[in-house]
Amino acid sequence: MTILVIAEHNNAVLAAATLNTVAAAKAIGGDIHVLVAGSGCGAIGEAAAKIEGVAKVLVADDAAYANQLPENVAPLIAGLASNYSHVLAAATTNGKNFLPRVAAQLDVDQISEIVSVESPDTFKRPIYAGNAIATVQSSAAIKVITVRATGFDPVSAEGGSAAVEQVSGTGDKGISSFVGEELAKSDRPELTAAKIVVSGGRGMGNGENFKHLYSLADKLGAAVGASRAAVDAGFVPNDMQVGQTGKIVAPQLYIAVGISGAIQHLAGMKDSKVIVAINKDEDAPIFQVADYGLVGDLFEIVPELEKLV
Amino acid sequence: MKILVAVKRVVDYNVKVRVKADNSGVDLANVKMSMNPFCEIAVEEAVRLKEKGVASEIVVVTIGPTAAQEQLRTALALGADRAVLIESGEELNSLAVAKLLKAVVDKEQPQLVILGKQAIDSDNNQTGQMLGALTGYAQGTFASKVEVEGDKVKVEREIDGGSQTVALNLPAIVTTDLRLNEPRYASLPNIMKAKKKPLETLTPDALGVTTTSTLKTLKVEAPAARSAGVKVKSVAELVEKLKNEAKVI
Repeated sequence: MTILVIAEHNNAVLAAATLNTVAAAKAIGGDIHVLVAGSGCGAIGEAAAKIEGVAKVLVADDAAYANQLPENVAPLIAGLASNYSHVLAAATTNGKNFLPRVAAQLDVDQISEIVSVESPDTFKRPIYAGNAIATVQSSAAIKVITVRATGFDPVSAEGGSAAVEQVSGTGDKGISSFVGEELAKSDRPELTAAKIVVSGGRGMGNGENFKHLYSLADKLGAAVGASRAAVDAGFVPNDMQVGQTGKIVAPQLYIAVGISGAIQHLAGMKDSKVIVAINKDEDAPIFQVADYGLVGDLFEIVPELEKLV
Repeated sequence: MKILVAVKRVVDYNVKVRVKADNSGVDLANVKMSMNPFCEIAVEEAVRLKEKGVASEIVVVTIGPTAAQEQLRTALALGADRAVLIESGEELNSLAVAKLLKAVVDKEQPQLVILGKQAIDSDNNQTGQMLGALTGYAQGTFASKVEVEGDKVKVEREIDGGSQTVALNLPAIVTTDLRLNEPRYASLPNIMKAKKKPLETLTPDALGVTTTSTLKTLKVEAPAARSAGVKVKSVAELVEKLKNEAKVI
């Protein structure tokens, strides 16, 4: 059994989610190969070769893969897949974009967002926004799977010494092109990778008030998230949204500030190790999932918290 | 141009679902069913493109039980011109659905296919991408903005770190994200008019598509419940507990 893991990267940095995906591959068992498809991505190949437990790294360096366009990347992966029992990618917006295209090209069903490996052919995955967990078994010759990072503790980025092999690209299909990208600039850790997340909801009142959370987050080395209500009210951009339709996070500590705790939000953070809720409404549903609740005015509590931590 | 919109009948997003006692699935008896929220956004986007004069005809398709006609009628009331129901009593996986949609694409030859990015029941997020592979069309997933320009469609996409814009040759596939638009409500006169719009019923057999799957659901369980913790009295007490009890800071 040999498993192919598709590396998540931006040609400059290997994304941490790759380490969680390799961890899922390790749980399945067998040799682990990593594919780095990109443009000018030699350094990513070298970084992937150092990942604990990786036996071989395949590098497909081609201008057609610069922006991970699924029309170009999927044929490459589908072409390599026949050598493998499993093909895994992180359930990031990138992995979710290209991997179903690979599965359909291989004429197999895809198993989305697994959170645990029961056996090499049986996996658990959340359905109904995490309100139910399904155990699914696949009889497909090649099992094509996206991995929810929060379900697997990452393997070490160091310690491996895999061989790096160049593979030729499949070229540009010529039906799609990259126009541009606008990425949020932030010195804070990325939401899905942060050990501590501070999130604000409608109770923040406006976008300006999020400064209290930014300043608390900077003291804690935390990422800042938001509820859908705060995003829809225009307080903060939508890439900060934690929830069923936003990002799924499971940090060591999640601090929910002025968030009532709608099901849609809970689906995105209820697997956090410790949850703290700060809300003026003592009946807010967020308190039903919080390990520590503090009822009161967030504009008094948050600055005091910042002082004491 | 012609737009094909695919929709799915799912449990209403306001319903708190319960797992069946025998762990065979989720209890859907007497539960309110609706159009998947992302599919509503897909219908709305098609209607807006028609209102702008970009689209000339909107065909809405669903795969599901006879009762899924309700969701097709909703789409017709929102502005779709005609509807296709591919009747299937069993729950199909995304690949089978994509194959059925491919058969409809072959028949209808749309320039644009718009789907929701995922259904809120199975949470697969696969069908649009799979349809892209089967048709060989380009895909713009998780769209927050769609602009047709000549023989291309420009799609702004929501990605993890922000947004990305791609240009796709037509025909193309678009899957909708939450902030693409805010769907309208159907007016009463439009609901009445929708009853008279054409609705064709097909079967997977008639389309020559086999819908077997390599996936089997062994069981469905409720997630591990989180119990409520304690209410602390002060910030000092909170910090003390985080440091010494939970040991997370």
